[in-house]
Amino acid sequence: MPGNGEAILEVRDLVKHYPLTRGILFKKQVGAVHAVDGVSFDLRRGETLGIVGESGCGKSTVAKLLVNLERPTSGRILYKGEDVTRLSGRALKAVRRNIQMVFQDPYTSLNPRMTVGDIIGEPYDIHPEVAPKGDRRAKVRELLDVVGLSPEHINRYPHQFSGGQRQRIGIARGLALRPEIIVADEPVSALDVSVQAQVVNLLERLQDEFDLAYVFIAHDLSVVRHISDRVAVMYLGRFAEAGTDAQIYEHATHPYTQALLSAVPVPDPRARAGRDRIILTGDVPSPAHPPSGCRFRTRCWKAREKCARVVPPLEIPDWFLEGGGPEAHASACHYAEERPATPDVPPTE
Amino acid sequence: MHEAQEAAAAAVTLPDVPLLDVRDLHVEFRTRDGVAKAVNGVSYGVRAGETLAVLGESGSGKSVTAQAVMGILDSPPGHVTGGEVLFRGEDLLTMGGERRRRLRGAKLSMIFQDALSALNPVMSVGAQLAEMYSVHDGMTRKDSRAKAVQMMERVRIPAAKERAGDYPHQFSGGMRQRIMIAMALALEPDLVIADEPTTALDVTVQAQVMDLLAELQREYRMGLILITHDLGVVADVADRIAVMYAGRIVETAPVHALYAAPAHPYTAGLLGSIPRLDHKGKELHAIKGLPPSLTDIPAGCPFNPRCPRAQAICRTDRPPLFDVAPGRASACHFWKETLDDAG
Ligand SMILES: Nc1ncnc2c1ncn2[C@@H]1O[C@H](COP(=O)(O)OP(=O)(O)OP(=O)(O)O)[C@@H](O)[C@H]1O
Ligand SMILES: Nc1ncnc2c1ncn2[C@@H]1O[C@H](COP(=O)(O)OP(=O)(O)O)[C@@H](O)[C@H]1O
Ligand code: SF4
Ligand code: SF4
Ligand SMILES: [Mg+2]
Ligand SMILES: [Mg+2]
Repeated sequence: MPGNGEAILEVRDLVKHYPLTRGILFKKQVGAVHAVDGVSFDLRRGETLGIVGESGCGKSTVAKLLVNLERPTSGRILYKGEDVTRLSGRALKAVRRNIQMVFQDPYTSLNPRMTVGDIIGEPYDIHPEVAPKGDRRAKVRELLDVVGLSPEHINRYPHQFSGGQRQRIGIARGLALRPEIIVADEPVSALDVSVQAQVVNLLERLQDEFDLAYVFIAHDLSVVRHISDRVAVMYLGRFAEAGTDAQIYEHATHPYTQALLSAVPVPDPRARAGRDRIILTGDVPSPAHPPSGCRFRTRCWKAREKCARVVPPLEIPDWFLEGGGPEAHASACHYAEERPATPDVPPTE
Repeated sequence: MHEAQEAAAAAVTLPDVPLLDVRDLHVEFRTRDGVAKAVNGVSYGVRAGETLAVLGESGSGKSVTAQAVMGILDSPPGHVTGGEVLFRGEDLLTMGGERRRRLRGAKLSMIFQDALSALNPVMSVGAQLAEMYSVHDGMTRKDSRAKAVQMMERVRIPAAKERAGDYPHQFSGGMRQRIMIAMALALEPDLVIADEPTTALDVTVQAQVMDLLAELQREYRMGLILITHDLGVVADVADRIAVMYAGRIVETAPVHALYAAPAHPYTAGLLGSIPRLDHKGKELHAIKGLPPSLTDIPAGCPFNPRCPRAQAICRTDRPPLFDVAPGRASACHFWKETLDDAG
C-alpha cells in the first residue's frame, strides 16, 4: 500500500546556496543564489512524491541533493535513519546504490559514443558486487526487456533511438542497481503526449513490480497528479504547500497553488465558460535576492504587512486542524484558505 | 456574461470567404538520407476573427506548413512541390516578388516559440519595434519611437518607456514573448501565425501570454493560426481544429465537436493519452509505437501500424478526407465507427 509503509527517506531543513562571486584572480563572494532554502519531507516505501513548481524554483537542485550529486549547505537527508550528508567512502557508496536518478533530457543525458549495453551496464563498474563481470550482458538484456526495448538492440547507439526509447534507456540504467528510490527529474517533459503516456505507464508498472519509491519532479500538473500519492508545490526554494493529491488539487489553500492550478488549461472546451482564472502579474523574483517573509508576497493578491515580516511556516492551519476533516494539510501561508469551488465543466444533459 | 455575448456575435458575423486558404500544399526536404515528405497535401482556411488551432506531435509538419505560407522555408533543402496559398483570393506562391514581400511584411505575421532567437540580440527592443513603423509605415524617427513605447505598454511591459532601450536578453522569457507579440501585431496584420508561442513558458506565464494574445485578437479581429501540441491550450482558445499526422490533416472540426467525439482514431488516441482525474491509478491509453519516418511513410493510411482499428483496406488504400458533418472531415475509412464509439 503506497503511503502506509515506513519512511525510508527523511529530509530535514535542506538548504543549498550557490555562492555568487566577483573577480577572476581574487574571487570574492558577493552573495548567494538561494536555490533550496529549508525543504523537509518524508518519503515512504513504494510511494510517489510529486514535486511541482515553475522554472528555477529549485526542483532539480533538490533532486541533485537527494542523489548526492551536490552537497547541501545545511540540513539532513536520513536514509533509513542514517544521515547521508555525513557519510563518506564505502558507507556512502552503499547508500547511493539505493537512490538512483533518471534525468529529463533523453537527448543529452546519454553518452553518444557508448553503446546502449555499456550505458545501462555502467553502474556495475562502480558496484561490481551487484553483477559479476560474466553476468552483466545477461542483466542488461533483462533490463532492456523490462523497460520494453528489444534486447537485440544492446549494441546500438543512443542516436538510433527515438526520444521515448532513450528515456526508457535512462530508466533501465536507473534500475540497474535495484535501488529502492528513484528520483526522476522531469522524466517525460521532453516527450510528445502519446509517448509520454507510454513512459508514465512504464514507470507505474515498474513501481509495482519492484516496490520502488519515486520522487517525481515535473512542471505538468496533470501528469504529477496522475502518478503521485502526495504532492509538494515549490516556490523560490521552499515548499508552499504539501499534501495528498486530492488535498492539493481539490483543497488548495496557498494562493500560489491556487494560481498555478487555475492557470492550467483544461483539455475540455466546455470548461471555458466556468473558468475562473487567476492571472498573476509580474515575474518570479531572482533567487539571489528572495523577498523577506513570504517569498510569494511580491505576486500575491492577498499579501499584508505581516507577510513581509514573518516567514510563514509549512504547517496545518489551526482552522483546518479543528475541522479535523480529511482535507487538512500543510500550507505555508499566514492567511491560508480554500477558494470557493467553481464547477470545472457545466453538467451536460 | 459580456464576453460570451460578444464572442457569439462575432461568430455570427464571420465572413464566408477565408482570409487565408491553403490548398493541397506539398513540401519536401531533399537531403542526403533521401526525400523527407514533410507536408503531403495540407488544406486549411482561416477567416477574420477566427482562431484555427493546428494540433499535432513533433515532426508532423505543423511548422513547415507555416513556413511555406510565410515564405521562410529553409530552401534548399526544402521545396514547395505543389499547392496554393491564397491570401484574400490571391496565390502567394505565384504572385510577384515585390507585392508578396509587402503583404507578408504588413498583412501576415508570425510569432515563434523561441523569442530569444527570433529577436535581434544587438538592437534594443524599442529600436526593433520603432524600425517596423519607420520602414513599413514611413513614420518619422520620433513618432515611431513613441509608437514603439505605446505598443510595449499595450503588451503590458512595466515601465515601458524606461525599458525600451534594453536588449532582449535583459527581459524574462514571458516578457520577451510579449515583446515578440508586440512586433507581430505592430502593423495590425490581418493574419497571425503563432507557432507554439507558449511552449517554452511556465504555466502562470503561459496564462498571461495567451490571455493577452486572445484579447488583442478580439480587438484587431485578426485571423489566428495557433500551432501547438497542447490539447489544453487548444480547448481554451480555438474555434476550429486541424489535427496533423505525418504531414497530413487527418481531422478538422469545430472545437466542441472534436472534444465531444473525435472522428479519427489518432485524435481519439491523443485525447486518451492525457491524464484525467477519473483515470487516477489506472493505465493511460497510450498510442502504441511511434510516428513514421517521413522518408518512408507507410502505404495506405499512414496511421495504420499504430491504429487499434486498422483493417486490411487501411494497409492498401489511402483514406481521403471524408465529409463527416458540416465543417467536419476525417481521413479514416472507419470514421463512422470511430464517431459511434466515441459518442
Ligand atoms: N551550479 C549552480 N550555480 C549557481 N546557481 C545555480 C546552480 N544550479 C542551479 N542554480 C540556480 O538555482 C536555482 C534553482 O535551480 P534548479 O535547476 O533547481 O531549478 P528547477 O526548479 O529545476 O528549474 P527548471 O524547471 O527550469 O528545471 C536557479 O535560480 C538556478 O539558476
Ligand atoms: N530545414 C530542414 N531540413 C530538413 N528537414 C526538415 C527541415 N525543417 C523541418 N524538417 C523536417 O520536416 C518534418 C516536419 O517538421 P516540422 O514542421 O518542424 O514539425 P512540427 O510539426 O513539429 O512543427 C520533420 O521531419 C522535420 O525533421
Ligand atoms: S503569506 Fe501572505 S504573501 Fe504569502 S501567500 Fe499568504 S497571503 Fe500571500
Ligand atoms: S483508415 Fe484505418 S488505419 Fe487509418 S485511422 Fe482509419 S481505421 Fe485506422
Ligand atoms: Mg530542473
Ligand atoms: Mg514545430
